[in-house]
Amino acid sequence: MAARPSPPPDPQFVLRGTQSAVQALHFHEGAQGQGHPLLISGSLSGLVHIWSLQTRRALTTLDGHGGQCVIWLQTLPQGPQLLSQGRDLRLCLWDLAEGRNTVVDSMGLESMGFCKGSLLARGPQRWTLAVPGRGSDEIQILEMPSKTSVCTLKPEADAKPGMPMCLELWQADSSSRPLLLAGYEDGSVALWDVSERKVCSRIACHTEPVMGLDFDSQKARGVSGSAEKALAVWSLDEQQALQVCRTHELTNPGISDVKIRPDRKILATAGWDHRVRVFHWRTMKPLAVLAFHTSIVHCLAFAADGLLAAGSKDHRISVWSLYPRS
Amino acid sequence: MDPGLSSVRLTVLEAVHTLSSSEDGGYIFSTLRSLKRYLGGTENPALPEEREEFARLHFSAILRCLVGKLSPHWLELLPNGQLEELWASFFLEGPADQAFLVLMEALEGVAGPSFRLMKMARLLAQFLSEGRMAAVLEGQCRQQTDLAFPLLQETLLIKVVGLPDRLGNCLQHENLAEFFPQNYFPLLGEEAMRVLQAVVDSLRGGSDCSVSFVSQVLGKACVYGRQKEILGVLVPRLTALTQGSCLWQRVCWHLVECVPDRALEAVLTGLVEAAPGPEVLSRLLGNLVMKSKKAQFVMTQKLLFLQYRYTTPMLQSLLGYLALDSQRRPLLVKVLKELLEMWGSSSAVRHTPLPQQHYVSKAILICLMHLKDTELQDSRDELLASLMAGVQCHLDSSQPAVRRLGMVVAEVVSARIHPEGPALKFQYEEDELSCEMRALATPQPAADSPLEAGPSVAAETPDKQTLDSGVPPVRPEGCESELDSDDEFVPYDMSGDQELKSSKAPKYVRDCIEALTTSEDWEYWEAALRALEGLVFRSPAATREVSVELAKVLLHLEEKTSVVGFEGLRQRALVAVIVTDPARVAEYLTSQFYAVNYSLRQRMDILDVLTLAAQELSRPGRLGRALQCGSLGPACQPSCAVAPTWRAVVDERVRRKTRRFSKGSPRQAPAGGPNEFNSVAGYFFFPLIQGFDRPLVTFDLLGDDQLVLGRLAHTLGVLMYLAVNTTVAVPMGKALLEFVWALRLHGDTYVRRGLLFAVSSVLLSVPAERLLADLPDELLEARSWLADEAKKDPDEDCRVLAMKALLLLEKLKDKLLPLPSP
Repeated sequence: MAARPSPPPDPQFVLRGTQSAVQALHFHEGAQGQGHPLLISGSLSGLVHIWSLQTRRALTTLDGHGGQCVIWLQTLPQGPQLLSQGRDLRLCLWDLAEGRNTVVDSMGLESMGFCKGSLLARGPQRWTLAVPGRGSDEIQILEMPSKTSVCTLKPEADAKPGMPMCLELWQADSSSRPLLLAGYEDGSVALWDVSERKVCSRIACHTEPVMGLDFDSQKARGVSGSAEKALAVWSLDEQQALQVCRTHELTNPGISDVKIRPDRKILATAGWDHRVRVFHWRTMKPLAVLAFHTSIVHCLAFAADGLLAAGSKDHRISVWSLYPRS
Repeated sequence: MDPGLSSVRLTVLEAVHTLSSSEDGGYIFSTLRSLKRYLGGTENPALPEEREEFARLHFSAILRCLVGKLSPHWLELLPNGQLEELWASFFLEGPADQAFLVLMEALEGVAGPSFRLMKMARLLAQFLSEGRMAAVLEGQCRQQTDLAFPLLQETLLIKVVGLPDRLGNCLQHENLAEFFPQNYFPLLGEEAMRVLQAVVDSLRGGSDCSVSFVSQVLGKACVYGRQKEILGVLVPRLTALTQGSCLWQRVCWHLVECVPDRALEAVLTGLVEAAPGPEVLSRLLGNLVMKSKKAQFVMTQKLLFLQYRYTTPMLQSLLGYLALDSQRRPLLVKVLKELLEMWGSSSAVRHTPLPQQHYVSKAILICLMHLKDTELQDSRDELLASLMAGVQCHLDSSQPAVRRLGMVVAEVVSARIHPEGPALKFQYEEDELSCEMRALATPQPAADSPLEAGPSVAAETPDKQTLDSGVPPVRPEGCESELDSDDEFVPYDMSGDQELKSSKAPKYVRDCIEALTTSEDWEYWEAALRALEGLVFRSPAATREVSVELAKVLLHLEEKTSVVGFEGLRQRALVAVIVTDPARVAEYLTSQFYAVNYSLRQRMDILDVLTLAAQELSRPGRLGRALQCGSLGPACQPSCAVAPTWRAVVDERVRRKTRRFSKGSPRQAPAGGPNEFNSVAGYFFFPLIQGFDRPLVTFDLLGDDQLVLGRLAHTLGVLMYLAVNTTVAVPMGKALLEFVWALRLHGDTYVRRGLLFAVSSVLLSVPAERLLADLPDELLEARSWLADEAKKDPDEDCRVLAMKALLLLEKLKDKLLPLPSP
């Protein structure tokens, strides 16, 4: 078609007021009938802000990490409960119901890294949690809410993949065995079978540390971004073996986060070049380059209705509505 | 006297008498019937000798007499038009040449439209439609050469070919469609084909025949400019007939050979135009170029060097024809040498129009395509010498199209005549023309003729299409059953996705200067260059302190690292500096334009930025915007600040006290403001126009550096145009007209275009009254030059520009004429 492409879109709105770099974002869909979802952001100064997407103002500010950076936020499937991971080596569980904002539980972590945790709901009131472990290359698997350590995943002695950088717990539809995808410091992505405590498959996708990954369990395909100039798309075959499908060259190096939209249509990456890139997930065709931020984009989150939020070092959170779901 | 013969004479005399005196229809009828015996075809025909005598001696007289009797009254002597039918049969069945001549003579003898005229015209139309014209032509072909009467043949020829004109003259508005040239000449072509067929048949039968009369008819028709009509019929038929038959080929060659010399050019041009390819042309012409001097001149000189209106396929036919026979190939080599010589002559490059240069270049490439390497080897040195001279003078030209032409031809030619050396490669952008030229130089796969190749191609394509549509396109990825179309995901514009520059940009103009002159950190250097334009506009006061220094730095700035858009950045920064401090920077730059030790590029840059800056300065509304930005000095700010409030107060009062019944949409009147260029135009213009005739060691505007001179003329024209409504316009116009007068006979097209543009801008910018009062002599001179230029300049653009300037001059006159009347 000869028609000129439409100009790059503008954000739907921008949330200002964190007064610090935004390090983590999470959409909380809320219980049925409560209407608008909430956006939860974690900042470098250790504060967690809860934003109303209706009024576009911060509803509450949670301060529970002693001024240390909040790197991961996740609400639990049941009830308005929030997990926040901070660099003060604490994982806090907040109760947000009925306007409360108190820490109901907390546990210590033993890793100093930037690795975010991952949560998998395995039944009512039962979740599996993966967090970086005590040893620099270890991953700890916990049973929640009892906080009992299930196991520690330690790579074989000769593998030396370095620190885990990002984690993704998931479960195939057919089986109930939890699987864990982990991106490591040496640029490799490994698939762990949690119950057997062994690596099913490991591939070297990047030459730099893996900064973010996301996995589409229906298509058995995943994507990872690293400090280098390329995105890697890899797939998982029947024998639980990972293989690289393709790499996608980027204009500027450095990806800090990768997210696939819940409907698995599009993919967004947060870049060190201040830009959010949007791709078509199936074909990896570039769709848009969102140049709004003036500093590194740290984190991304998709809401169930397709809204995209991007948090940046420039203290701003931009919210975009692209290719709305029909 | 032989009694049998005199009996014919007696019968004829009697019949003529009867016709002239009798009013009895039946009697006339029977007399005519008896005469008709001599034409044959009736039940008891006369003896052959009698018939021959009748045809030779008496037929014309009878016909004249019959024509003389033609009137409505006479024809109605017998009912049912019996008489008319009999009357007409004499013309249609008797010897065709005499009948034709008598008819034409009678038609021309009648003055004004009348019954007789129309009757005879219809008869002539019937004569043509019954194919009697073939009989006329054939009669001339069958005659032995010694028996033919040259005078009669000449008359017949004139009448046959001139028929449409003559009939048109006689019949005026009543003319019949059959006699229109577009209908008559195809018919003549058909008849000629029939005659040729008859000639071939009789040659097969062993009797001798000549086609020279047909050749003469053909030649004359072509001289009359009817090549398309007559050859459009002949060529396709002959193409088909000559394909398998040697006899037909020989007849065809003979046909062309017998064309008189004075008509040969017209016939050959028509044939080259009509023939669908070199093979056909070769079949039709044979080795004509070797036999006829005239034909050789037309084919190898006239069509190639003296004319250039023919299409590329024609050129291909012509040169392909020369290449097809071993006897003719030396001619092709000769042609190539001469073409290259012309291509390489600097005078030709300068004085021939561009389309002709294209034509010659195409011919060269086609020649090369046909020649073998061994043939080229023999005259390699000669060709190489012409090529080198040609490349030189093409690249020297100030017209981009000529330069590009030089590059394309040089690349192709050098690859052919010097294949072992390193390939010559120029950097130029491919365009339609260069692709076409390249395609000409690569030999096409041998197809017998485009006509024959046509259907097979057409037959092939549908196959391909069905093949394409039959197999579903293979999807790039193993796709799943889910139906998600990509259509809903239309990509946004991603052109802004550039590499990120990390380093910091300077914040002050002085820092920029320092960075640009001394910095070794290239990222910082680039950032400084990028930031400069914005900084200059943001801090005009700081810029004014260092403006000349900054201009100097920018003028001498070299692209030390590869920076995208370096030229544009530097140019915009320079323009910004000039706009901020016009007088001083323009003075500096114009002085540098004529200084030593600058490259041509830098001098052209100076001209460019001066033009752009003048444009920016003279843009209406610029001042207002600048005021809002607060970019003017503090001195004038109070008054400016007061003015708007005062006006707002008054406007508000007027609005409140005025009652309006209806209100149109509020229209923003364009804000008026003084032309900022007014005060500084002189700084831009006069230093530039002063020094053009003083050559420096490295810079000679009147010599080799004509490209810069052309640019200078354009720049001066632009400055003049932008100085409209300024006080300095009149002296500027005077100086510019003098400049134009001094250079008006310059040989370079680009310079002349610039001069013409400059004249137009003088006419547009200087007020009409002042033009007439202050510069009458210059105007007169300019006018005569323009008139000359509009007629005689070889370049089309120049002619158009001159024409436009003349129109402006006329308009000026119209504007001034009503003045003295009150």
